[in-house]
Amino acid sequence: MRALLLGPWLRAARGLPRAPGSGHRHRGHGGHRPQGPLRQKVSVEVLDHLEHLALVDFRDAEGVERLQKAIQFADQLHEVNTNGVEPMDSVLEDRCLYLREDDVTEGNCTKELLENAREKVEEYFVAPPGNIPLPKLEERETFLQGSQ
Amino acid sequence: SQSSSLCKTTPSTAKSPRKIVFVGLEIHAQISSNSKLFSGSQVQFAAPPNSLVSFFDASLPGTLPVLNRRCVEAAVMTGLALNCSINKKSLFDRKHYFYADLPAGYQITQQRVPIAVNGSLSYSLCIDNKMSQMVTKTVRIKQIQLEQDSGKSLHDDTRSQTLVDLNRAGVGLMEVVMEPDMCCGEEAAAAVRELQLILQTLGSSQAVMAEGQLRVDANVSVHHPGEPYGVRTEVKNINSMRFLAKAIDYEIQRQIEELENGGTILNETRAFDSKLGCTVPMRDKEGQQDYRFMPEPNLPPLILYDAKSLPANMNHQQVINIDWIHERLPDLPSVKRKKLVEQYGILPEHSFTLLNEDGLAEFFESVVKQTQMKPKKVIGWILKDLLSYLKQHSLTVKESPVSSFLLADLLNLLEKKEISSTAAKQVLAELWKGEGKTPLEIVKEQKLELLQDQKELEQICQAVIDGHENEVMAIKAGNPKVLNKLIGLVQKKTQGRSNPVLVKQLLEKKLSG
Repeated sequence: MRALLLGPWLRAARGLPRAPGSGHRHRGHGGHRPQGPLRQKVSVEVLDHLEHLALVDFRDAEGVERLQKAIQFADQLHEVNTNGVEPMDSVLEDRCLYLREDDVTEGNCTKELLENAREKVEEYFVAPPGNIPLPKLEERETFLQGSQ
Repeated sequence: SQSSSLCKTTPSTAKSPRKIVFVGLEIHAQISSNSKLFSGSQVQFAAPPNSLVSFFDASLPGTLPVLNRRCVEAAVMTGLALNCSINKKSLFDRKHYFYADLPAGYQITQQRVPIAVNGSLSYSLCIDNKMSQMVTKTVRIKQIQLEQDSGKSLHDDTRSQTLVDLNRAGVGLMEVVMEPDMCCGEEAAAAVRELQLILQTLGSSQAVMAEGQLRVDANVSVHHPGEPYGVRTEVKNINSMRFLAKAIDYEIQRQIEELENGGTILNETRAFDSKLGCTVPMRDKEGQQDYRFMPEPNLPPLILYDAKSLPANMNHQQVINIDWIHERLPDLPSVKRKKLVEQYGILPEHSFTLLNEDGLAEFFESVVKQTQMKPKKVIGWILKDLLSYLKQHSLTVKESPVSSFLLADLLNLLEKKEISSTAAKQVLAELWKGEGKTPLEIVKEQKLELLQDQKELEQICQAVIDGHENEVMAIKAGNPKVLNKLIGLVQKKTQGRSNPVLVKQLLEKKLSG
């Protein structure tokens, strides 16, 4: 099994000190899986950051817990020694990447595409004037507010 | 030959110490192909909105990217032309951000391992404005990557909405990243111009800035020598070559002034406002972007081959051979210029002007083939007379009312000394009207033939000498410049139909006797 690339990013974003006894966990080194109360929690800052980036809404404690469990599940990969092993990002890595000839074979379906649009103006899709940024943590109603 | 930088450090003044300027560029060139990078919809400028959009381009669920072979070949050609190492294995990634013209919420690009790396581009600058001294510089190419273009947003501020056209979404781009080896707007513009010529010669991109086929973002930073590197700002929204130098120079100046006033430079993205001639912070770009790069799960690695590694059993159509492409690269602009200089004995700066104008080099060569006049003389007519006329009337070489055949015809008359060069210019002025007359017809019409009768010419010269005793005395007293006045008088008498060189000889002969 090879290392999942998600791990290092999450560790860096947390910025929390490593729990004692959890072992030195970096890629390519067999480590210990942290137990129960010692496992690292995802901080509010990271959760807020994720909500901005992916526009997900963790909504309640259960949502956050689900994320924690997912990270914990993925962290199992660190138990494997991956020294000198190239990471695999897809089971397709040995497949041939198919090359298509440069012919025009699609398009011309304006009507069909616009059927999906809630609003349209003369065959253009309509969008708000710019990105509407998610309000800052203090200013929006979210479960995350008021959590540690 | 390379020279150490023209403007690497700004001049030192009493008020402000020298500063070192770094300018890097990220250039997006639209690939010239029939269909898009990952889908079969057409690539075309100015089509009815959302008519060139496939389900994949609109990011409808269940669609998958399929790589266009032509786009890969274009990127390989460009990489080879820019002296890059081509990565035989390159990877695709997703770059995530939200914007209305990016329906998938991510762009497929090559962030980890791009198709080409570590190249270089040589370009030339004139040291002074007169184009008499050129210096060659080099900028390192960090990498070239394949990526998707986004759709277009039209901002309707009155109704507070954005109209989105996805025709451009998914068109193939080559992003060419140039290291911060440049130090001013002029260098950047020259580098981009040379890249543009290379792309057009290769055919990998038509690189027309006005149609958005070539877009340039500049990264600018400034610092004092010996101090740590300055904070970098990114300048976007530069729409033409003219504004490129302006925008960069403005930003350099802004940063210098900001630092001199004790301020700080923010690591931000700024847009160039062409009306005001300045850069302004861009909205929607505040704060650092986190693109959450991840491998594109639907595309395996892109494998390229060369003559050695060519697989035996694979379908031809599925194999891209780097060496095969290399063998078929056309002559790049730098090679073409060298050949022009060597073959025709023209100056290097002439070769630059010839290649700078679409079709001009071919026109020049065509005239040279059809005339006895030496190329070194022909070039003057091409660069001064023809080109300035075209510029005045905003015509391209292809639109020239004077064909290479007509011009060669005219130059032959001049070369055979049937007309003077002044008369030739007159004939050319008439030819511009494009009325279908030949040079010979115009010469006859306007009676511009040179007087061939030497005796008659001698008589006129003598008459002029006889009628201007004072001038003759002045010449004999050692003031040779007065001779020009006599030549002028002969010209007047012959209505411009005398060869000034011959007249001078005749007068000198008569006056020395």
